Amino acid sequence: MNIPASYVLSLSGVLFSLGILGVLIRRNAIVIFMSIELMLNSANLAFITFARMLGPSPEALRGHVMVFFIIAVAAAEVAVGLALIVTIFRNKETINVDEVNSLQG
Amino acid sequence: MTYLEIAPAGGLYLYAPLIIGLPIAGLLVNIFFGRRLGERFVSLIASSAVGLAFLIAILQLIALLGHPEGSTIMLADWITIGELSVPWSLKVDTLSTTMMLMVTGVSTLIHIYAIGYMHEDVRFKGDPGRYTRFFIFFNLFVATMMVLVTADNYLMMFVGWEGVGLCSYLLIGFWYEKGADGIGNAVAGKKAFVTNRIGDFGFLIAMFLIFGAAGSLRFEEVFHWAETTGLANAGVITAITLFMLLGATGKSAQLPLFVWLPDAMAGPTPVSALIHAATMVTAGIYMIARSAPLFAVADISSNVTAFIGAATALFAATIAVGQFDIKRVLAYSTISQLGFMMAAVGLGAYVAGMFHLVAHAFFKALLFLSAGSVIQGVEHEHHRLEHDPGAHAEPFDPQDMRNMGGLRSRMPITFWVYLIGALALSGIPPLAGFFSKDEILADASMSNNLVYVLLAAAAFLTAFYMGRQILMVFFGQARSDAAGHARENPPVMTVPLMMLAGLSILGGALNLPGVHTLTDWLEHTLEHVHATEFNMLVAVISVGLALAAILLAWTLYGRETLKTGQPDPLRRILGPLFTALENKWWVDELYEFLFIRPYVRISHFLAVTLDWRFWHDWFHDRVLGATFRNGTRWLAQSFDLKVIDAAANGLGNLTQGAALGLRKLQTGYVRTYALALFVGVMLVLTYVIIA
Repeated sequence: MNIPASYVLSLSGVLFSLGILGVLIRRNAIVIFMSIELMLNSANLAFITFARMLGPSPEALRGHVMVFFIIAVAAAEVAVGLALIVTIFRNKETINVDEVNSLQG
Repeated sequence: MTYLEIAPAGGLYLYAPLIIGLPIAGLLVNIFFGRRLGERFVSLIASSAVGLAFLIAILQLIALLGHPEGSTIMLADWITIGELSVPWSLKVDTLSTTMMLMVTGVSTLIHIYAIGYMHEDVRFKGDPGRYTRFFIFFNLFVATMMVLVTADNYLMMFVGWEGVGLCSYLLIGFWYEKGADGIGNAVAGKKAFVTNRIGDFGFLIAMFLIFGAAGSLRFEEVFHWAETTGLANAGVITAITLFMLLGATGKSAQLPLFVWLPDAMAGPTPVSALIHAATMVTAGIYMIARSAPLFAVADISSNVTAFIGAATALFAATIAVGQFDIKRVLAYSTISQLGFMMAAVGLGAYVAGMFHLVAHAFFKALLFLSAGSVIQGVEHEHHRLEHDPGAHAEPFDPQDMRNMGGLRSRMPITFWVYLIGALALSGIPPLAGFFSKDEILADASMSNNLVYVLLAAAAFLTAFYMGRQILMVFFGQARSDAAGHARENPPVMTVPLMMLAGLSILGGALNLPGVHTLTDWLEHTLEHVHATEFNMLVAVISVGLALAAILLAWTLYGRETLKTGQPDPLRRILGPLFTALENKWWVDELYEFLFIRPYVRISHFLAVTLDWRFWHDWFHDRVLGATFRNGTRWLAQSFDLKVIDAAANGLGNLTQGAALGLRKLQTGYVRTYALALFVGVMLVLTYVIIA
């Protein structure tokens, strides 16, 4: 079974767009966070696709390696992000990002 | 060249800088420790510093006996600007060493004398603390005089020249709060200083001309220039030497600048002896002798010098006849004798001039110190009598010869040394003054009759006023209580007197006729000096004149000695002429009328009208002040407030307004930021893709 690369890349684009929409539209911090994860993973999908398109070659390994980096960074980010959300909730009793606006001008 | 690279002729020359260094060391010790160490130590340090300098001078003499061509000791580069290169170097040759020996030798004796004299003087005047200051000034004088005589260029000579002038000023005004009206001594010091400035102006101009014409200030180079291209530059050299002569008339108290020297007697007597008789005032003669190669080219200047010298000799001698102050007689005598020397160097008889300079230093120092001894003897007694209950309190001048008389028996040592000095000065053989003065007269008789006649007349008057002085001071009856009880001074004062008396007797041996020791000695430095042959006729005439003068003095003052309150017998004979002599021919008044009054009037005009009314009131207050006030008002009110402040405030407002607008962008909503980020990325991407 050989799915054409363009399909996969399109899926990646759709997922990224959904992620952006989620970040811009939603107010729940956890949902925004999930949307960001969605964007990261859409990027992972694109990296893997391009790596496959290059075939078995040392250069293609770079795509794979990049994906691992992103997964590792995403995991770390989740840890930090969730900690932030917990702290904000403790202080504000809400995770609605529109209510966290004390730094306005 | 460094200090160690010279020494072509033996290491003794290397000690020459010490002749300046030792007195400076002495004065430094006394400045820093003098007050604490007391009189005995201060005087010991000062005298031994000068005594050691005399030993150094003897070392130079020994060195020169082996290598009479002399040496130049380079100490340091001093001024090097463009073509002007003035090193700080000492010239040791027969001429400068003659001066070194004379100055340090006489200074040593006078320092020793001053130990005793100043001990009493500071107590009479009521400020014993000034003892130290006196010896500091004295050492400074010796140091600067040594700079003057050892200089190997005109600029360094000028430094010494000004240095001795400064010391002279400081020491004339040593008792600056005393004298007429409590300011007389300070005024005398100022007069000496200002009069000397006129002469120094001449020296400076001469120096500028020398540098302009010869391109150097070093003696060797200047003289070489004068000898090689002298005839072509006769005009310049005449101008140079005439300006030098002006300098010499100031320092050596010649016509027309002699007026400061009699007033300089306001200083303590050792100062009069050392600075204003033996050493400093001879600096002008020394300078002309040193510049002999220049004067050799300029006949006019030489003739003017000889004439000024001869005229001064006679003029000052006439004034000396009419004076009553014991020191003033000697002061005018000094001017007169300096005139003899000046005439000698003007006639080209440099050796005769230097010979008379040295001999005169001996006997004039002797006369002044003896006069100091007389004054102190009288003053001492006056102070003792003053403290007696019921003593008279009339004003008393211990220097007035009319208050003396009969001191021969009261002060025998002083009398004998004074007599020796007076006979030497009068030119009685075989004392020093006879040989030295006779050599000048012999030279003058051969080359210039006018000068000879003037000098011979001066010599006659010299013997007369010295005879008058001796008879008035030492013979007859005491004309005051103080003189009647005067006592001889301690040995610290009389021993130097006896040594100077010995020198005054033997000084003639320096240049005896037919032997010419000094001539041969100076020939190594001054080229073409000729030994003057002894002229029996001249000698007989001058001795005859001197004896006649002494006889005349005896007729007037000795046969019938002066009584208390009796007028001078000369007044009866000369009448108004004596009044003129007593008032010094009114030269001071003439100068007052000719120069000082117009000068004061011009100064007054400049101060009141030009400076105060014009510059201060009108220009400064009106023009500058008003302009400044109006200008600053405009600047403050219009420019500062409306332009500078407005600009600053505008910038502030602009920033504030911009910030007010911009802060709206900071909504605090995370999603707004995210949107902005997204839009931004989209724009960048669009640009990248399209471009």
